[in-house]
Amino acid sequence: MAGQSNPQLSIFTAAEVEFLAEDEQIDIVPNVRMDTLHMICGDYGPFRPQIPVRVPLWLAIALKKRSKCRIQPPDWMSVEKLTQVLEDEREAPREFQPLPFHYVEISRLLFDHARDDITDPYLVRSLLEDIRDVRFHKVESGLETLSGKTHAVKLKNLAAMEVNIVRPFIVRALQCFYKHDNEDLIKQAANELDSQPVASDRVPRRTLRPR
Amino acid sequence: MGEDGRGAGSSFGTQDTDFEWSQGHRAAQASSDVEIFRRVWRNEKAAPEILPYDHLLLQRIREQILLMEDTLSTFTGAASDELTLSMYRMDIDRTMFLLRAYLRIRLLKIEQFAMHILRTEELWERLSQQEQDYAQRYIDILQKHMEQTVLSKLPFGYQSMLRQATSSEEDDMIPEPTLDTFVFCKSKEPIGSLQLDDRGEEVVDMLTDDLYILRYRPVKRLLETDRIELV
Repeated sequence: MAGQSNPQLSIFTAAEVEFLAEDEQIDIVPNVRMDTLHMICGDYGPFRPQIPVRVPLWLAIALKKRSKCRIQPPDWMSVEKLTQVLEDEREAPREFQPLPFHYVEISRLLFDHARDDITDPYLVRSLLEDIRDVRFHKVESGLETLSGKTHAVKLKNLAAMEVNIVRPFIVRALQCFYKHDNEDLIKQAANELDSQPVASDRVPRRTLRPR
Repeated sequence: MGEDGRGAGSSFGTQDTDFEWSQGHRAAQASSDVEIFRRVWRNEKAAPEILPYDHLLLQRIREQILLMEDTLSTFTGAASDELTLSMYRMDIDRTMFLLRAYLRIRLLKIEQFAMHILRTEELWERLSQQEQDYAQRYIDILQKHMEQTVLSKLPFGYQSMLRQATSSEEDDMIPEPTLDTFVFCKSKEPIGSLQLDDRGEEVVDMLTDDLYILRYRPVKRLLETDRIELV
């Protein structure tokens, strides 16, 4: 694949995107009593049995793993909301519906660690998969419109994990278009494209002055 | 979903307790340091060139980690409960991970473009003292290595690490970052019309929270002034 020749293009690993998503806030209902946690990432708690409290996702999952709480899936993860999103997503062929920036990772983490807290997990999961498919289809058909004249691509509401997946290909494609469309820049781009100062066959090389 | 995240779900008077607690602990708003740092890390990873090093922010992050380690060690002495301890431990681990990941990505860029950074004052100023030392030593070692293994064995005229040949008009063997690469950027506020090419033919109108794939060079200034972020 085109993106592979330059590993630098996929700058975030999936795990790193997930790490960022774990700082999103979520409501939990603890079943233990615990004082307020004064952490580097903020103050959370106090935790009282049966009283909902908002914490970062990683904390919620850590407590859940120890069976110390129930996680309340966010509003947008309800069958009702997702059905609406899917419908809107299908109706607007050129736009992405607003979903949380980390919706892929959040829903995935909740399915992995708190499946029993999700109502209608099968339906929710299949809705999420349908939404993902529709969105990727839009990205793919959008790719067909890329050309040398493309200076900007608008992808409002595209989510973090989606960005990460399409990044290597799109960036590579746009770079190539840009390079071939700007003849005067080729020399410079050739120097810069190769991070190692090794001349490769495909890249135009500076001709040496005869001695 | 509540984007601000703070206090939206809790009906307790957390505000007041926060202020009492903040004595001896961090100030109530200090939590945003990690938030800022997460963004800084993200930008650093996504940007092709090395970005300025925020000394004060890094210092605060380091201090918070140390303070927390300190607090934990006193906790361990007292018979504190396991659960609370492990939560604090995770918090520290996450912050440490962020710190390491940030420093690593910078070292990676420094190694890749060491010579270019050294020769460009603006970039050199962006490094911390330790990073400057590192870059200098890296270049010294690289130079020595290249000379011993390759350059000394080449014919006269081709022995420079910086030039393909002495007849080259300029130093043409120094890797530089591709500033014309494309990045995914999100606007944090209305940017207005943004000119994308030199001729002013290509203009986009960025509103708040827009997501665009753009060439890095035209949005460089916006990133420096913190009006957009890279994702």
